[in-house]
Amino acid sequence: MKNLRLGRKVLPLYSVLALVYLLIPIVYTIVFSFNNSERSNTVWQGFTLDKWINVCNRPDICESLGNSMLIGVVSTFIATVLGTAIAIGLVRYRFRARSLVSLSLFLPMATPEVVMGAGLAALFFNMGAEQGFVTIILAHVMFCLSFVVVTVKARVQTLDPVLEEAARDLYANPTGVFWRITFPLLLPGIISAALLSFALSFDDFIITYFNSGPINTFPKVVYIAAAKGVPAEANVVASAVFLLAILIVIGSQIMGSVRAKRLLK
Amino acid sequence: MAFAAFSSSNPKLSHGPVRSSKVVLALLLPGMLYLAMFFMVPLVSLIITSLETPAASGAYGMYDYGFDVSSYVDVTTRYLPQILRSFGYAFLATLFALIISYPLAYFVGVRLRPRPLIQKLTLTLVIAPFFISFLLRTIAWKQLLSDDSAILNFLRSIHLWGEHQYFLGTPAAVIWGLTYNFIPFMTLPLYTSLERLDLRLLEAASDLYANPAAIFRKVTLPLTMPGVISGTLLTFIPITGDYVNASRDFLGSSSTSMIGNMVEADFLQNADYPAASALSAVLMAVILILVSVYVKRTGTEDLL
Repeated sequence: MKNLRLGRKVLPLYSVLALVYLLIPIVYTIVFSFNNSERSNTVWQGFTLDKWINVCNRPDICESLGNSMLIGVVSTFIATVLGTAIAIGLVRYRFRARSLVSLSLFLPMATPEVVMGAGLAALFFNMGAEQGFVTIILAHVMFCLSFVVVTVKARVQTLDPVLEEAARDLYANPTGVFWRITFPLLLPGIISAALLSFALSFDDFIITYFNSGPINTFPKVVYIAAAKGVPAEANVVASAVFLLAILIVIGSQIMGSVRAKRLLK
Repeated sequence: MAFAAFSSSNPKLSHGPVRSSKVVLALLLPGMLYLAMFFMVPLVSLIITSLETPAASGAYGMYDYGFDVSSYVDVTTRYLPQILRSFGYAFLATLFALIISYPLAYFVGVRLRPRPLIQKLTLTLVIAPFFISFLLRTIAWKQLLSDDSAILNFLRSIHLWGEHQYFLGTPAAVIWGLTYNFIPFMTLPLYTSLERLDLRLLEAASDLYANPAAIFRKVTLPLTMPGVISGTLLTFIPITGDYVNASRDFLGSSSTSMIGNMVEADFLQNADYPAASALSAVLMAVILILVSVYVKRTGTEDLL
C-alpha cells in the first residue's frame, strides 16, 4: 500500500480541520449560555451560571420548551409504533406493492420542508381545521415516520428468522414470539429510531411554523426572537439538549464496545 | 444509507418469506394510510389551492375553487430570480459539502477502521451539529462572522479582507450557512459506503501498478458512488427549500431571498395562498425532474 502513503499526514490534518469547523458553532452556543448578558446575547459580558439556574426568567422560552417536549414525546411514540410495524412488514414479507410502499416512504424524505409545511397548512385550511398541538403532532409524525422505518429496518435485516422459528417450534403463540423474541432483539434499533425521531421533532422549525397556529415551540420562539436578538436562556436550552443527546449516544457506544469485547473473550 | 435502504433490488429483501397477506396488511396499512392522509393529500391540496381564484366577494385572503393557472405564470415570472438563486445556492453548497465531507468520511470510515471505538466517537463528532438547535447554530455563525467580529478583524489586519467590506447579507454568507447546516446529510451516507469499502480491492489495484490517483478514480470513487448520490440528493433537496439561512434575521438580506422565503411571505404574511402553493408545486416538480435525471445519468435507476 505504499502508494497511499501520500495522504497519510494530509488526510488526518484535513479531517481535524473539518471537525473543528463542524464544532465551532456548537462551542460558541454553549459558551454563550454562560454569558452574563442582558437582552441580546451578542457580546461577551462575563461568566455567570445565572441563566442555567433561572431559565424560566424568560417565561416564553420555558413554556416553549415544555410544548416542544410534549410534541416530541407524543409524535415520537406514534411514529415509532407505525414505523416499526412497516419496517417488520417490509423485511419479513414479500408482496406486490413493495416498490410502491418504498417509494411512498422515500418521497417525504425527498421533499423540501417548505413544500410539506405549505401542503399541510393548505390541507388544514381547506378542511377548516384549527391549528394547534394536534396539527403540529400530525405533521411531525408524518416526517419522522420514514426515518423510523429506515433505522428499524436496518436492525430487522440483521435478525435471524430462525430464532423466531425456534420459539414457534416450542409452542409459543404469535404474540408470545413477538414480545419475548422479536421485540427485545429489535429494541436497540427501536431506541435509536425513537431518539432520532425526537431530535427531528424537537428541532423542526419550518413545517411547525406553517402549522402551529398560536402554539409556541422552542425553535419558533428562537426564530421570532432572532429579529431582536436571542437571549442567553435559549442557548441554555439548546446546550442542555445537546449535552444530554451526546451523553446518551457516547454512553451507548462505550457500552456497546465493552459488551463486544466481553463477547470476544 | 437512506437511498440504499429503499432500493427494491436488495437481494436480501426479494428472498423474504411469503406469508399471510393479512399480517402484511395489518403491519403496513396504518402507516401507509397515515402517509396517504398527511403526505399525499396535502400535496393534492397544494395543487388544488394553486389553481384557485380570488373570491368573487373580493374578501382579503379568501379564494374560490377553480382551474386558474395564472398563479403559475405569475410566480414563475415574478419569482424567477429567487428560483434561480435557490438552485444556484443549493448547487454550490452541495459541492462544498461534498468537498469537505468526502475526505473526512474517508478518514473516519477507512483509516479509523482498526480502532472501532475511536471511529464511533469521531462519527459522533461528525453528526454533533444535528443535536444542537438548527436556528442557534446559524445565529452562532451570524455572530462569529458579523462586521466587527474577531474573525473579520483578523482577516482585515492581514489585509485579506477589505476595511469596509462586510460578509453578512451576501450570497457567500448564505452559501456558507447552507453548507454548514446540511453537511451531516452528506457525510453520513458517504461514511456508510466508505465504511463498507473492501480494502483488498485497493491493494489489488496497487499491486497492478495503479498510482493513487488512478486507484481513487477507478476503484474507490465508483464503489462509493451510491454514497455520493444519496449524499448529494439528501443535501441538495432540503437546501432548495430552506429559508432560514437566507432570511434577513439570519445570514441573508433582501437580495439573497430564496424560494422558501417567498412561500413563507405569500402563505403566512400576504395570505396569497394560490401563489405560495403554485411556487411550492413548481419547486416540487423541478426537484422530481432533477432527481430522476440525476439518477438516470449516474446509472442507478433502481434508486427510487
